[in-house]
This record gives sequence, C-alpha cells and structure tokens, in this order.
Amino acid sequence: MTPIHEPLSEEAASRLVQVAALSKSPFVIRGGGTRSLHGLPDGADVLSARGLNGIVAYNPAEMTMTARAGTPLEVVEAALAEKRQMLAFEPNDLRGVLGTSGIPTIGGVFATNASGPRRLVAGAARDSLLGVRFVNGRGEVVKAGGRVMKNVTGLDLVKLLAGSHGSLAFLTEVTFRLLPVPETAVTVIISDLNDAEAAAAMATAMSMPVEVSGAAHLPESVRSRFAGGALPQGAVTALRLEGLAASVAVRSEKLIAAMTRFGAVSHLEAEGTRRLWREIRDGAPYADGTPRPLWRVSVAPVAGQQLVAALRLETGVDAFYDWQGGLVWLRMEADPEAALLRRYIKAVGGGHATLLRARPEVLAAMQAFQPQAETITALQARVKASFDPAGLFISPMVG
Amino acid sequence: MDQIGFLESRQAVLSRRREIVADLLDLLPRGCLVHEPRELVPFETDAFVSYRRLPLAVALPETTQQVAAVMKYCHRYGVPVVPRGAGTSLSGGAIPQEDAVVIGLSKMSRILEVDFANRAAVVQAGVTNLAISEAVSADGYFYAPDPSSQLACTIGGNIGMNSGGAHCLKYGVTTNNLLGVKLVLIDGTIVELGGKALDAGGLDLLGVVCGGEGQLGIVTEATVRLVAKPEGARPVLFGFDSSEEAGACVADVIGAGIIPVAIEFMDKPAIEICEAFAHAGYPMDVEALLIVEVEGSEAEMEAMLASIIEIAGRHGVKVVKESQSATEAALIWKGRKSAFGATGRIADYICMDGTVPLGQLPAVLRGTAEIVEKYGLRVANVFHAGDGNMHPLILFNANDPEDAARAEAAGNEILKLCVDVGGCLTGEHGVGIEKRDLMRHQYGDADLAQQMAVRAAFDPQWLLNPSKVFPLEGRPA
Repeated sequence: MTPIHEPLSEEAASRLVQVAALSKSPFVIRGGGTRSLHGLPDGADVLSARGLNGIVAYNPAEMTMTARAGTPLEVVEAALAEKRQMLAFEPNDLRGVLGTSGIPTIGGVFATNASGPRRLVAGAARDSLLGVRFVNGRGEVVKAGGRVMKNVTGLDLVKLLAGSHGSLAFLTEVTFRLLPVPETAVTVIISDLNDAEAAAAMATAMSMPVEVSGAAHLPESVRSRFAGGALPQGAVTALRLEGLAASVAVRSEKLIAAMTRFGAVSHLEAEGTRRLWREIRDGAPYADGTPRPLWRVSVAPVAGQQLVAALRLETGVDAFYDWQGGLVWLRMEADPEAALLRRYIKAVGGGHATLLRARPEVLAAMQAFQPQAETITALQARVKASFDPAGLFISPMVG
Repeated sequence: MDQIGFLESRQAVLSRRREIVADLLDLLPRGCLVHEPRELVPFETDAFVSYRRLPLAVALPETTQQVAAVMKYCHRYGVPVVPRGAGTSLSGGAIPQEDAVVIGLSKMSRILEVDFANRAAVVQAGVTNLAISEAVSADGYFYAPDPSSQLACTIGGNIGMNSGGAHCLKYGVTTNNLLGVKLVLIDGTIVELGGKALDAGGLDLLGVVCGGEGQLGIVTEATVRLVAKPEGARPVLFGFDSSEEAGACVADVIGAGIIPVAIEFMDKPAIEICEAFAHAGYPMDVEALLIVEVEGSEAEMEAMLASIIEIAGRHGVKVVKESQSATEAALIWKGRKSAFGATGRIADYICMDGTVPLGQLPAVLRGTAEIVEKYGLRVANVFHAGDGNMHPLILFNANDPEDAARAEAAGNEILKLCVDVGGCLTGEHGVGIEKRDLMRHQYGDADLAQQMAVRAAFDPQWLLNPSKVFPLEGRPA
C-alpha cells in the first residue's frame, strides 16, 4: 500500500514537506483523486489535501469565497446554491469517463483547471481564481493573489498554480470569484448539420450580440447518448442562452431567426438545458465503462472539425465538440494514436491534447500531456525548480 | 522627500557605452537606434513623471528577430534592458536607467490577422489598444479591456501590466482576454505561448508573463480574444448626497446579483473637474456620482435598470439621468476617461490604484478623506467601483518639494489602508517603481521570495527591467 499523508492543517503540511525535503522523499499530490490520469509511480507517497476541509469565508455580496483545498466541490456548490450563486466556469466531473471514485475537491478543480462549457465566454477555472495559499517544495507557506477582482500586485503566481496538476506546490487554500445563477436558460437546437456546417452555424451564433454561453455540436453517433435519447433525430448543434427571462426570450427569438437558414430549429427549456449541458460538461457519452482511449483536445474553434475529419481518414474515431468546436472529446477505437493526433493538431494550427483514459499498460508507457517545444520545456523545468528545487512533487505535467 | 531609488548603474556597462552603441547600430537597420543624448530625452520617463532617467540607448526594432538580437547581445554583455510600449505607465514601469538599453515596440504596430470565425486577432505588440477595436468594429466586434489611455497605450504594455479599464467588471482584464504571445526571453530565445486554442498545454506561463511588468521577457506579438459587440449599451448617471451612500449602493447592486458592464464612481471634486473639461452633463448638486452602464437588448437594459434604480432608491439617490442619445452616452464616457488629463490641467496629482473588497468601499473612502486632510492636501476620487478598484487622485504642487513629499506619504498611507482591509496595492496600474517599496506591506518574506524565484527562472541575472516591482533590499544575490 502506498503511504498516504493527510495533514490536517497548513502548518502540518509545511512540516511534512520540510521533513520530506531532508530525506528527498517524493510525493504525488492528490485532492479527491477523481481526476487522476496516471497510476502512482513507485516509491512516492501520496500527499492528500482531504484533511484540509471547510469553507473559510463566503461573502455573497462581494461574490467571493475562500475554502480549504480539500473541501468537497459539492459542499462548495451547495453553499453557493443557497445564495443563488455559482462557479462561472462549470467545473466538470470526470468520475464517469475515468471510472474513478471518491469526492472531487475544490483544490483539485483549480489544480487541474477543470472547466466546462461556459469556459467559452466566462473563462476557465484559472480566470475565476483570485488567490491561493500553498506549501512549496521547500516546505514554506506562501500566499499569492488575494480576494479582490483586480489585483496586479507582483507576479501572478495564481495563474501558474491553476492547472499545474500538483507539479509546483501543495495547494492549501483557494479564493475564487462567483457569479449569480442566471434566472433562466434555454438551448436552441439546430438539427442534422454535418460537422463543417455546425462549425459555420456556431461561428455565426457567436458573432451575434445574443450572448451565447455554450456552443456544442453532438454528431449523430453520440446524439442518442445525451438527454436519455430524447434529443431530436440527427446530429444536434446546441446553443445555450442564459439570463433574465425577458432577455432570454428576446435573444432566443433572434438566434432562432438567424439559425433557421442552417437547418431545422427546436429548443429545450430550462430543465432540459441544465441536464444537457451537465452531460456535455462531463463527456457523458464516453462514460461507457470501457478503457477505450479518450482524449480532450483543445484547438482553435473552427479547427476542431478539421482535425476530426483528417483523423477519420486514417483511423477509427468518435467525437463531439464543445467550446464552439474548440474542445474535442475524442474517443479512439483501439490505439490512442498519439503521434497521429499530435501531428494533425499541429497541421490544423496547433493546440494540445490530453489523454484522459487508456488501458493501464498503454497509459503507463506514454505521456498524458502534450509535449512542449524544447525551449518551453526548459523554461517549465526552471519554473518548477523555483517552487520545488528538490523535485519532491512528482507530476506528469512537468517531467 | 524620500526619493524612490534605482539600482546602481553597472560601471562595466557605462564605461563601454560607445562600443555598445556601435554594436547595436550594427545589429539594427538604419533609424532603429536612438543614442544622441538630446534624442534620448523623450524616453527618460513615462506617465509617472516625477522620476526621470536617461537610458544608454533606445532600440526601436522592426521585427521579433531584431528584438531577439538586441536581447541576446545585452544578455551576453550584462546590459540591463527596459521594455517600452507607449510610455503611458502610471507607476514608472517604463522609466529607464543610465546603464539600460530601452527596447521600444513602437515600430511593431501592425495588426497581422483578424480571424472572426475563431474570434481572435493576432497583432504586433506596438499596436495601440484602441486600434484593435477600431479594426474590428465594422464587423461587430471589439477588444474588451479599455484602459483610459487606450488611444495611446499599446497591447504590449497592456500585457506587461495586465491592464484593466472601465468595462472589466463584465469582460475581465487583459489576462482574461489574452490567448497567446510570442515572447523573446532575455537570452534571445523566441518562444510561443498559447495561440488560438482557448486552453494551452503545460504550465500557464502565459498567465505569469501577463502582468510580469516586462521582467520575464519582451512580448512582440499577441493573440487576443475578440468579443461580439452588444446590441446596445447605455450609461446612466446616479447622483448621491454622500460618497458613503454611493459606495454602499455599489456593494448592494453587486450583492443582488446584478453585474452591469461598468460601475464608475466620481466624488464632487472629480465631478467638477471632469464636467469643466468635458461638459458631459454631470449633475453638479450631488456629492457623488455613479456611472452605471448596462448593455444588451432593450428589454434586458430596461429590466436591469429597473432593479438598479430600485436599489439606488434605498440609498437616497437624488438624480437618475439616462443618456438619451449616442452622443450623450459618448460624452458621459469622455468625461470619465478624461479624468486624469482634466485633473492634470488644474494641479499636479498622483494617482493611487489600490483595490478593496466591495464591502469596504465606504470605510476606505472615509479613511482616504481623513488621511489626505491630515496632510493638508486635496483629493479627487474617480474609479472603477464595481470591482473595488479605487483611484484617489491626490492633488499637490510639484514645484514645492515638501508638498510633493506629503502627497507621496499620503498615497502610501492610503495604499496601506487598502491592504489592511483585505485589498491590494494595485489593481491595474502595476507596481513599477511607485509601489515597489510597499510590497512588504502586502507580502511576507516567503511570498516575495517565491515570486522572485519565478522571476529568476526567466531572467537569472535580473537584467530585464531590474529596478522594478521587488524591493531593492532582500533580493537574491
């Protein structure tokens, strides 16, 4: 059994890391463990944030919350729901697609920059994160950022920590901004567009002053696996509008009028909208209990369908699109085809792909994260060393 | 007056001045190096005009490769480099020093690509902020961050300072609207961070370069996010009997879950100064004014305004004035955006930039008034209230050194107050030299040491903009 350290305070975490630094005993940092992409390397203990639990401060009038890193996401979201507030970036839940158990934590959400459909207009987790406290690889307790919306005092270490996948430091506390829950939401659906037509329709929708807050395309191959099979026949291109009821009504009318030239238009009311976008957020069609390789690919919005079209000519793939096409959930039939995928990502203008899932022996043999240019790899290594000079925190993010 | 210090000039550099100039002349095309002392004067300061230093030379490269060549040379010979956009920094971020080569991006001012389908523009770093919005306006888009100096300031400078503006409340600041950069590291290496994809792989280096105040590298190109222009936008004026009531109203509007595009605050001195300059139609019989901008469809604006007016009523609002035309709306914003310039016509001023939690606005406004009064000075408050980003303008007479010292002392006290109530020293102007020596008030030793270690990961010899941001004492050897 891998030893698990679960410090109950920031001071305890600091002491633990200081001791480990002396003996150069490495750690793998974990929150709830629900987003782990890799097994544990030999000889590393787990440093878990689960003992750091609880909301420290919630100020609805200032739309900010501070919570210890190990606080369950559901606890945070329940507290926010009481005041009709929410996390703007719609953190996803990867337990379905990864087959992991456990409880997602707020620290894990920020450490992996886990962002859902509204990322397209409201920014990623990193854009909502205002401040952090962490223990670096020297065992020092460090704070960065703060609890105000605008803050350019010194280097923005907050952004570096967001999405660092436990490679730089052990997060102990996070402060983040919130948004009011929109009064209502609808989804405008255009039926039976092919991927290229859908890209054009989504680009048109995003160019309109109607504030689309979600733009996804669900090809026919996945359509039936959403909304309990209740979506209209054929591929579904889904556009979400949120806000005050009076405004949503006016905007959806405008959007529908503009979309009819692309195809048959229907719509989902608030409840159906919530379910659909939660499923899109979590990659629901691929929560299929298989280890078939699953990628999350981030490219320029119109490049998403170009990438998939090119791959289809060479290998068996299944895909659907979020973020106006810029986020591709891509499932391979057999082999992850990493080299092929990365070559085509480059060909369509660049981006990156993260391998979420594969058979353990395949995963063990490859890099889940996109390899970077040599110059950037060197820079990342220096940045990591500035937090963690002894390399105590093992993460596939920075080699 | 306690002058803000600079690092001591490197004698080894100063003594080689002639050779360095000759070498740089070789590296750059004709007309791309300024080195005659008389011609260096325009580069001796920025908008933080109390401090002036002549640089060794000013390179004005035309390409990323030329920027890289100059950086590689400076790195090799240990010559400090100070990046410069339009020189509009309010915190001294672009002020050079005698042993430094300024790299100015003014010749790299082209918009390279506009890509509406991906809602992105690729621009050179010397493009002005406003030029981006102007280039895409006819197609129904804009670039969201809008610092008051947007007519002059460059996107490269905006990235250096992570600039904000009046409309950030809804659209975020530079870091939230920046997709990628081409960055030249101090040793001349050119790297590309991010691109048109929403998320980049690896560590978020782009996130720390943005707001790095030119200490991590020089940005030569940027990919920025374009946003579809709203259907309509309408600024509305709300006049109050006291600053405290106006401040409390702001907190209540946000607390009610209403997020207008902008909430700007002006107190009586600021109203008088701006109205005299812009004739914007501001009410003159109130103590404080909020400019609240709502946008969207007619229905949405109406609904939002009705809620705001209801909340303002609870705070005894005296005047509510909606703009009736595009011209009136433009005038309202012209008045606000000319606040600094208009103030400069009647007195010298220093502008603070602390941000405070919204609930603390009334208390900090009171505290600011008390501090300024204690020093026998006057203050005009004009700021982005919706995100708590305060801009007290402390008026003084620059010809009187004692008056100037009092203004600086009062400013420092106000910033410490902002930090003490849970805020920060600077919301959008940057630390520069101005707030450098206050950094220890906000950060502990370990906090600063970590930031400096990251800085050193990019620039181990501390050659890039070396006198800025971090207190001169206590730097790593």
